[in-house]
Amino acid sequence: MAEYKGIAVYCEIKDNKILPIATEGLGIGRKLADDLGQELAAVLVGSGIGNLSQQAIAYGADRACVVDDPLLKDYQSDAYVNVMEKVVKQITPQVLIMGQNDSGRDLAPRLAFRLGTTVTMDCVDLAIDADSKRLLQTKPVYGGNAQAIFTSDTDPQMVTIRTKAMTALEPDASRKGEITSISADLQASDIRTKIQDKVVEEVDGIKIEDAETVVAGGRGIGSPEGFQQLGELAKLLKGAVGASRPPCDNDWVPDTLQVGLTGKIIAPELYIAIAISGSSQHMSGCSGSKTIVAINKDAEANIFRQARFGVVGDWKKVLPAFTEKVRELLAS
Amino acid sequence: MNIIVCVKQVIDPEAPPSIFKIDAATNKAEMHGVPPVIDPYGEFAVEAALKIKETNSGKITIISLGAKMSREVVKKPLAMGADELILLEDEAYANGDSWSTATALAAAIQKVGEYDLILCGREASDTNAGQTGPGIAEILGLPCVTIVRKIEIKDGTARVEKVTSDGFDIIESPIPALMTISNEIGEPRYPTIKGIMAAKKIEPVIWKPADISIEPSKVGAAGQRTALRKLFQPVHEGKCEFAEGDSAEEAAANLAHKLREAKLL
Repeated sequence: MAEYKGIAVYCEIKDNKILPIATEGLGIGRKLADDLGQELAAVLVGSGIGNLSQQAIAYGADRACVVDDPLLKDYQSDAYVNVMEKVVKQITPQVLIMGQNDSGRDLAPRLAFRLGTTVTMDCVDLAIDADSKRLLQTKPVYGGNAQAIFTSDTDPQMVTIRTKAMTALEPDASRKGEITSISADLQASDIRTKIQDKVVEEVDGIKIEDAETVVAGGRGIGSPEGFQQLGELAKLLKGAVGASRPPCDNDWVPDTLQVGLTGKIIAPELYIAIAISGSSQHMSGCSGSKTIVAINKDAEANIFRQARFGVVGDWKKVLPAFTEKVRELLAS
Repeated sequence: MNIIVCVKQVIDPEAPPSIFKIDAATNKAEMHGVPPVIDPYGEFAVEAALKIKETNSGKITIISLGAKMSREVVKKPLAMGADELILLEDEAYANGDSWSTATALAAAIQKVGEYDLILCGREASDTNAGQTGPGIAEILGLPCVTIVRKIEIKDGTARVEKVTSDGFDIIESPIPALMTISNEIGEPRYPTIKGIMAAKKIEPVIWKPADISIEPSKVGAAGQRTALRKLFQPVHEGKCEFAEGDSAEEAAANLAHKLREAKLL
């Protein structure tokens, strides 16, 4: 059996850029590699991506393994599982880090089972156990009500990491590293589930994952019209509108605005939660915010346990007055 | 269409967080005084199966795995309209991880034999992992689409909408295939009185490890490839500063002032 050694980070590429979650993976990967005294490899998979390997090295990798093939242009489940299986068997890393996003959620479990190992999804902390030198994998469970620390018995020890839970290094363009090319060996017929179309539901204004301020509403908002009032405040603060799950399930707002464990996980500077009770599943999506402000009529609502500032009251009365005052203060 | 849906009995994720407790000695979570439920995403998977059955007809078989499962809980999918219930129920199945659970479920599915679709929830509300479904697909060598919000079956092909962070993908998959279902599929239907009466008459089929030709050492805790080192509750400092006022409007204005002072505006 091959000896598994070193740390590898799967670097997802979109629009010819390495995604932030991958640079965050390289950041924590560098730390783990240093703790173990081993190498950090970046794995880049895509089409026409050769120019990005130096960037992965600048973000902390000792070497880059590149799989460049026209069939890998967009993420396709079967293609990426096959290619990553091949890469892992070739480079045999002890630890493989991926991102907890659209492709990571799909790719990581299938790859783990294909390789006969396991993956711990959505990790918020990773460290090396001093005694066993195995990876301690911390992840929220029970919708964020609790956290669990797992270790895996099999190699590679696979994890996906939560967005913004780890920190990327400042890129250092002078870093040097070896670049290896690995052939994909794919046939079009390997791809069983085929993407026919990618539908993007456009949202007006700034994207929620990029916004520094998010104004989010919950079940208590009650209607699409209510969300227009939230939109007004968001516009004033140059932010975006978000929602907990009930407004999305009721079609008051598009599903893409959902903040939570199964929606977007965001970490804005300011998160204003209006008529949101603060279920664990929702808090999983916004607890990384720098400051949470809550408006809720229930003083016992869970949201106030994590909020820094709050008002207990009916949002229908509080929000217009708050928006007006904010407008006045911003103008002064 | 023969559809198999895998569901899991979990502690109720909708119960208030204040009654959620962890037993540090056993590393187990519990909700005091609240009965267990079928995992919500599993219910969405049952709903997806019922929608397909409405347009394509067919049979829906539910499989659930655990040690001591409440009959009332695991029969809910039958009351919603599913046809058969198979329980992998034995102490040997208890406390497994994704690996040992998917291994046992895949063996049970192979024993069922005839299927066009296997549906699971996108993730369970306790482990929040989303691995068991894709794991079963890998073990059985099936095509797999995760986080699905719509399924149409036509001429032996599934046309599927997969939820993405900025919209959805339209994907075509051959069948048989495995799909994991998200809440965007639509609210699970309530059991009807007729459904509840019908469910009462259906006896679950119980399969022990030997019935699915699998060593007890390959399932449950014995078959795990991950170890739970610790389960704990993160502590939140309760230091919310409330803006007060004689009226809601005044409190709102005071909140704006506080945010200004804290340089948040």
